[in-house]
Amino acid sequence: MSSTQLEIQLIASLVAVACAIPGTFLVLRKMAMISDAISHSILPGIVIGFFITQDLNSPLLIILAALTGIITVVLVEYIQKTGLVKEDTAIGLVFPALFSIGVILIAKNANDVHLDVDAVLLGELAFAPFDRFLLSGIDLGPKSLWVTGGVLILTLTLLIAFFKELKVSTFDTGLAASLGFSPVIIHYGLMAVSSITTVGAFDAVGAILVVALMIAPAASAYLLTNELKRMLIFAICFGVCSAISGYWVAHWLDASIAGSITTMLGLLFLTVYLFAPRRGIIAVLYKERQQRVEVSLLTFLLHLKNHTEEEERHVNHLNEHINWQKVRSKLVLELALKNNMIQLEQNIVSLTQKGEDFTSKAIDYIITNQDSKIEHMKEDFFLFRG
Amino acid sequence: MLGSFAVLRKQSLLGDAISHAALPGIAIAFLLTGTKDNNTLLLGALISGLIGTFWIRGIIKKTHLKSDTALGLILSLFFGFGMLLLTFIQKQPNANQAGLDKYLFGQAATLLESDVWLMGSITTLCLIVLLLFWKEFKMLLFDADYTKTLGFNTKFIDILITTFIVLAIVLGLQTVGVVLMSAMLLAPAAAARQWTNSLGTMVFLSALFGAFSGVFGTAISASQNNLPTGPVIVIVASVFVLVSFICAPSRGLLFKQIRFIKNRRDLQLHKTLAFMYNIAETHNNTAHPHAIKILNNFQGFTKTTLQQLVKKNYVKLEGNMWYLTEEGFKTAANLYNQQSTTNE
Repeated sequence: MSSTQLEIQLIASLVAVACAIPGTFLVLRKMAMISDAISHSILPGIVIGFFITQDLNSPLLIILAALTGIITVVLVEYIQKTGLVKEDTAIGLVFPALFSIGVILIAKNANDVHLDVDAVLLGELAFAPFDRFLLSGIDLGPKSLWVTGGVLILTLTLLIAFFKELKVSTFDTGLAASLGFSPVIIHYGLMAVSSITTVGAFDAVGAILVVALMIAPAASAYLLTNELKRMLIFAICFGVCSAISGYWVAHWLDASIAGSITTMLGLLFLTVYLFAPRRGIIAVLYKERQQRVEVSLLTFLLHLKNHTEEEERHVNHLNEHINWQKVRSKLVLELALKNNMIQLEQNIVSLTQKGEDFTSKAIDYIITNQDSKIEHMKEDFFLFRG
Repeated sequence: MLGSFAVLRKQSLLGDAISHAALPGIAIAFLLTGTKDNNTLLLGALISGLIGTFWIRGIIKKTHLKSDTALGLILSLFFGFGMLLLTFIQKQPNANQAGLDKYLFGQAATLLESDVWLMGSITTLCLIVLLLFWKEFKMLLFDADYTKTLGFNTKFIDILITTFIVLAIVLGLQTVGVVLMSAMLLAPAAAARQWTNSLGTMVFLSALFGAFSGVFGTAISASQNNLPTGPVIVIVASVFVLVSFICAPSRGLLFKQIRFIKNRRDLQLHKTLAFMYNIAETHNNTAHPHAIKILNNFQGFTKTTLQQLVKKNYVKLEGNMWYLTEEGFKTAANLYNQQSTTNE
């Protein structure tokens, strides 16, 4: 592993961490799409900055770009406040317009310079190490390493300094306001940090990857935990892992690093999405199935309690009467038997004492609809799952 | 046209997500066939767009992640994957590969006659389906539960709408490119929404706006050197939206402001009249003249309001004195009554 490779991975990891922090809050605040909007609309800021300075590396560029990012947010909010369209429509209107302005500006005036849309949108991590940061002739490492490092430090400082405020205002805006923090300031602060992160990172990895790095790790982490601190840590880990593995995939396929990091993020999310304990698709489907069986069992028991006639309780009759398929009624029947809720005598089903008790409780709950009644039943329900 | 449905269904950003999600489809279609046949690529885009859409649905429905997160996630992940494939293709020894990235930003100028025919026929198809299922679409849009109870297959209708939105987006990709497609879908519809409350008119208007911005945009882009078509169209469409926001009757900002000012004036007028009425009431003779100076204590009073009252024949002026006319007294009395009844 050469030092160049090491540097690329370092930059990618730094960007991943820097993105994961604001990303977590964006996901929690349901503003994930804003990051997409910002990443597109910083283009005119960069272009205008370039016209002023004629230098792609000047810090003015970053400031202007961050400014356009904030302008985007303000515009979106203004349009939304007029009540003419919904928030998502407002986002969808603002950023393509700004982006178009950027593209047109480039096409009209900057044809002959090294500034094209692909570079802004997609970035090329592989070249990042060649853009050295030279200070009085001494090589201090790649420039984007410094930029992203700076952004990261800024984000981290702000995070630690305002962690409590951010937390409160994210989950309970009203409480935050009544405690004396201004939610507006925190909101715009977060937006500003997101813009700066986007701008700081786009140079190295491109706008699309920034969006992916902001949202995907946070979303995956959100599926795994409910606790903010743990979520942040998970998101950072996910980001770094996919950054490094993505680099090696790109190395192996000889393809775009940004693209392969995103792909790794996608695979990661897919895995979490499918297999997360409790929140994953498989867990959710399993839970739904179980609940269905529980409800079926309850219906079945209630039916038994309602009918004392023998023909109503015959096994074959139940099949037709409750309108279940054979397999399902068999499953429910077996489950009830196993839990000693019913007994079978010559294919006639009847409730045991335990079953009677249970059904009365259930009826009690259904009639009164009080939560206290169901508390006792919950324990019984656990039995069925065995 | 289909954008109207997207806007009303609060799925505006879906267009953005789909247009990004179509990219890997294009790349995979190219990888599999090795040719740059337009139809194959579009088919690939369509399929991956649909996968993206339904995955988004799945995420929203099955997990507690919100729709914006799901959208952003799918958008960036698919796009990133598409980029990976594109760069991978670029390294392949295949002369055909050049020009695939055209899909990123779109070039209306590269459209061939056959493409136009394809677009035309698909637009017609959209139109026919739209007319056929008009009632169902409309109902699903505004009251999904009701539609379900009526026995319509909501899932089928839903899938149908989504498919057509994806189809429209994929077709548009060639013209304006991935990034700007969402604006093409949204802007005309958002503009049309300001002018009308009826779905039919809205769809028609948004089609009109879309067509106009297409024509104008292309014209402007052709008239000057070096102007890319897609962005210009988007800018024109955005201008449409802006104008609609400001000028649309009943919803537009301008009219809202005018209404606001008018209401305030009316209120002030009423206040002055009520105040005068209170003074006049203390005298037996309603036409008893009072000095204008009395009114100076009252906040809502200005010279203009007084003059307006005179114009409406509620008040008569004689030198420095004023008195209520018969009509003014009645109106003021009623005004008071109305207010007290509405308050109760």
